Amino acid sequence: MRYATPLGIFILIAGLLGYGLTLDPKLVPSPLIGKPTPAFTLARLHAPDIKVSEKEFEGEVWVLNVWASWCVACRAEHEFIKRLSRLGIARVIGLNYKDKPEDARNWLRELGDAYEFSLMDQDGRVGIDWGVYGVPETFIIGKDGLIKYKHIGPINLESLNSEVIPILKELTG
Amino acid sequence: MPRLFLLSFLLFAAVANAETEAYEFGSAQMEADYKKLINELRCLVCQNQNLAGSNADLAKDLRHQTYQMLMQGKSSDDVIDYMVARYGDFVLYRPQLKPSTYLLWLGPFILLVLVLVLVIRHMRQKQVISPPEADSLRRAAELLDDADRKS
Repeated sequence: MRYATPLGIFILIAGLLGYGLTLDPKLVPSPLIGKPTPAFTLARLHAPDIKVSEKEFEGEVWVLNVWASWCVACRAEHEFIKRLSRLGIARVIGLNYKDKPEDARNWLRELGDAYEFSLMDQDGRVGIDWGVYGVPETFIIGKDGLIKYKHIGPINLESLNSEVIPILKELTG
Repeated sequence: MPRLFLLSFLLFAAVANAETEAYEFGSAQMEADYKKLINELRCLVCQNQNLAGSNADLAKDLRHQTYQMLMQGKSSDDVIDYMVARYGDFVLYRPQLKPSTYLLWLGPFILLVLVLVLVIRHMRQKQVISPPEADSLRRAAELLDDADRKS
């Protein structure tokens, strides 16, 4: 069985490459999982005089959804964010990323506002602190103020039911 | 004519790496640090481009962030730590050497050593076969002599 070694090597490599085909190379896993929420102070989209910081959410489980009016995928996702809000398991806060406030308000008026409120991150600096590299992205933060989970890309029914809701239930448990 | 082609390609290469922002730096060293950093940091939107060559919005923001940090007196290492803390090792074109990247860095060399070992073993096997060949050669010579005599 002289062919055992090359065959073995081939099967090993084929297996690894085959598994690799099921992965998405564009996904960049977040190094912030398990780390504290980055500090921020931002104005509310519908009440620019009111500033909100991360301290607002101390001791609570909350969801931060990064969105923008220029983001096509956010449109499709918004319906599921609304569903999430209606469940009332956790506070759902929007981070309006690199957007014009007027465009953002119009967008929410058109689609219906899924969020308790949205915060304006016009220059994207807070986004950088959260490791945002695309829109939409969704973060789940626990009662201890640590980031528990990051979802890259739009949330659909499947990810809502199989990932987001179970994690929230476990954290608020 | 070929020289003209070569010249135009060289010009293209120079343009491809030019960012559109014109930053004023505090010193020549700072500018050199900046250039080095934006060439070694990856654009996470266009993931096969560095910050220097990418037109993506995020690349522009991260270049600005790099510039600001250097102007504030932070070191290149500070900038790298900042980016890696937020985006992970993938943001570096040259990942740092640490336990989680040992396999990545040392893997090819380990593989090379393994292959060399296999090759040497294979070559040794071939040498073992050689001596009997001398016998075969003699036998072949005898057979040929017989054939000559017979013909």
